Amino acid sequence: MTTQTTTPEAFGDTTPARAGLIGIPENAARALATGGAILTIISTFLAWTWTADFPGDLTVYGYPGGLQVLVLIGGLLTTLFSLASYSVKGFGWLVPAGADGAIKFAALATFATAWYTVIAISVNLGGVVNLEPGGYVVAVASLATLLGALALPFEHPEPDPIDPDDTSWEHTKHKLGHQWQTVKAAFATGTARPAPALPSYAEILIIVAVLALALAVFTYGIGTEYDELFIGFLITAGLGFAALNKSGLVAQASQITARHQNITICGAFVAAALFPFTQTDDQYATLGVYILIFATVALGLNIVVGLAGLLDLGYVAFLGVGAYAAAMVSGSPSSPFDVHFPFWAAALVGCAASLVFGVLIGAPTLRLRGDYLAIVTLGFGEIFRITANNLDGTSGPDITNGSNGISSIPNLDILGFDFGAVHNILGVDIGRFANYFFLMLIITAIVVLVFRRSGDSRIGRAWVAIREDETAALAMGINGFRVKLIAFAVGASLAGLAGTVQAHVTYTVTPEQYLFAGAIPPNSAFLLAAVVLGGMGTIGGPLIGASLLFLIPNKLQFLGDYQLFAFGLALILLMRFRPEGMIPNRRRQLEFHEEAEAPTVLTKAGA
Amino acid sequence: MTTDTTTTVAPTGETVLDARGVTMRFGGLTAVRDVNLTVNSGEIVGLIGPNGAGKTTFFNCLTGLYIPTEGEVRYKGNVLPPKSFKVTAAGIARTFQNIRLFANMTVLENVLVGRHTRTKEGFWSAVLRGPGFHKAEATSRERAMELLEFVGLEKKAEHLARNLPYGEQRKLEIARALASEPGLLLLDEPTAGMNPQETRATEELVFAIRDKGIAVLVIEHDMRFIFNLCDRVAVLVQGEKLVEGDSATVQGDERVVAAYLGEPFENAPGDEEVAEVEAAEAQAGTPTDAAPGKENDR
Repeated sequence: MTTQTTTPEAFGDTTPARAGLIGIPENAARALATGGAILTIISTFLAWTWTADFPGDLTVYGYPGGLQVLVLIGGLLTTLFSLASYSVKGFGWLVPAGADGAIKFAALATFATAWYTVIAISVNLGGVVNLEPGGYVVAVASLATLLGALALPFEHPEPDPIDPDDTSWEHTKHKLGHQWQTVKAAFATGTARPAPALPSYAEILIIVAVLALALAVFTYGIGTEYDELFIGFLITAGLGFAALNKSGLVAQASQITARHQNITICGAFVAAALFPFTQTDDQYATLGVYILIFATVALGLNIVVGLAGLLDLGYVAFLGVGAYAAAMVSGSPSSPFDVHFPFWAAALVGCAASLVFGVLIGAPTLRLRGDYLAIVTLGFGEIFRITANNLDGTSGPDITNGSNGISSIPNLDILGFDFGAVHNILGVDIGRFANYFFLMLIITAIVVLVFRRSGDSRIGRAWVAIREDETAALAMGINGFRVKLIAFAVGASLAGLAGTVQAHVTYTVTPEQYLFAGAIPPNSAFLLAAVVLGGMGTIGGPLIGASLLFLIPNKLQFLGDYQLFAFGLALILLMRFRPEGMIPNRRRQLEFHEEAEAPTVLTKAGA
Repeated sequence: MTTDTTTTVAPTGETVLDARGVTMRFGGLTAVRDVNLTVNSGEIVGLIGPNGAGKTTFFNCLTGLYIPTEGEVRYKGNVLPPKSFKVTAAGIARTFQNIRLFANMTVLENVLVGRHTRTKEGFWSAVLRGPGFHKAEATSRERAMELLEFVGLEKKAEHLARNLPYGEQRKLEIARALASEPGLLLLDEPTAGMNPQETRATEELVFAIRDKGIAVLVIEHDMRFIFNLCDRVAVLVQGEKLVEGDSATVQGDERVVAAYLGEPFENAPGDEEVAEVEAAEAQAGTPTDAAPGKENDR
């Protein structure tokens, strides 16, 4: 046996236990970070370029515009966290989990956004000569901030002992692994102290503030007018959120929202309903309503996939059935039935049609488990589309009008409220899409209600039990087939309900809207991706996943043909580094369970 | 509503489980052949046998996971339905040889799932949340907490099942099975992998279950556990029932010993050597020292 003590050989002796990634003394580093952050803020009030050719008009002194605003926000965050790290009175509440990790992420956000802007200006306009002094100042200032932040000391992890018999490749691997551990430790932070017990009105005010912030971020993101701004927004929002997370504010906020769940959910709906009032025209309300349709269907799918663990790859067919059913009874001239139902009846018809379709598909297929079920549902999804394509009068009876679909679907009119017209509410013009946005919000509320209530009940527990271990669930007296069929049928009818609104929003229903995979979001693959990315078994997860999956391809038009490629890459990265999704399930947040947790649920249900 | 089936303790002697001529074939292999077994109320019956004797297969026949090829199983006089969830509803609950908890559910939720057959609230009741729903939910929780107290897990109700230590997972599985208010509990190797203290605790637990008026049928390899616990023991060997009787009868039965250890037979190749060793031992008077060396040489 060779028991040699050669640990300090490689790096152990040179690195003291607490040091920064960069060798600057702590006080100097902190001062550099703070000073850099303040300078960055000032620099956003300078002109960064001489011409207004770069979108956002960064030429004005004293008035930050476009990407400058994002850098300004990043700089502000960094400054606030730095001040908190100096224990300045009144800033302590900002960093319940320690300031340094938060400073690092905030500085990174500022740096990345600033440098992205500077590089984008240089590339777009052809060379660094197009930068005004302000551009240089922000580049230097944000770099200084980042360097200062990275030099902040942290606890270095102990390197694992090296086996001297290893090959040099293994040494390299070991060294890289240790460096990665060190970088991870540099950005790590402590656990947040629990949120202080506040009077409930204060807690509700905090919830309102958090929701207002969320609404503001969402509205800003949806309203970004050019690619550069959206990318800058993604960078700032992503890293900024990471900074808030490291500071422990997110943990405290979620503790407070968990204390007032119902208020939070109602508040979230109010915030969402305020969205059209923040818009001056109908352009972004269009995006809003499409996102909402997509998100609602994803949430319905989450009952099937996230709770009951049934991998359904043809889910968009139920949306299609609902949409077709509603379109046929809408009084559209190309519908074979010459009827015009009121919306409540059309919604019931759509729901019922999807329910019947769901039971018809579910009854034979739900005897299968796992991958086989996925394959069969994929098949049925395609069968729906092809059937709809062929029921055109030549290949079959004329019901769906073939590939032309059912067009000119009239606008809804509920109790005299014409959804096609512009209404003036509280001095704000609410256009057609905003009207549908409100209607869709009600549908989303219904789906959220069904999801929450059924999830936390006898039937919901049975679903989870089936997902966890079907044999044991059967032995506990659960009629597996029946329970799974209920999940399938509920999911189908909720999608059908969303479909009835979708038919009216899009004017036309064609088979090509209901593909398995395509570049335009509501399709089965994207729906499943929204659920898995967002977090299975949660309400917020699919909503956020759907928003991102809809907005990113929509905003980044330049990706063009590479959209699906980028999507695949993003999916792989996310599954590698955060397999539980962006919003992990409550089951994985229970105390005692941070370490050994992650992907068990996922591999069982999602594979 | 809780329709408490457990409190109606039948007088000892009433037949709870009656398996007649149960045979299970998988293709050409007969895993269980013509086994008769009865369990009376208030009784703890053990089922032992060497590995591969068909004990778990027999269990699966009793719980509806397998449908016996021949024979029938009656529970309190009624033939059991061929679906495992219906068997549970009828009143037979079981645990598994390799623990099958719902790992990502909390301890309390696991037990609540066990109450599935004794509650009726469906999807609409869950969505509409009438007074009946809240009442049933509260009753279920109360009952589940009682059971957790019974097995000693009430402090861990909110933990995830996967994070419990092994012994407590076994206890939780029993609590989950009890939640379906069974008249007969089938335990498949409840002490596998336990240390002696845990085994003793399990023994106490099984007695306590019996005292609640629930008949118990238990598979186990730990003979001390079985013979301490059981009123009657049945021995299953190669799919057939060899003996049945109280502890003393079974312990004394040569065929049982033979089934576990193999029987010595005439003119076996090793016989002479054994005789030689015995002779040598007798001469030397130091019985154990010589023997290991000899065996190692072989």
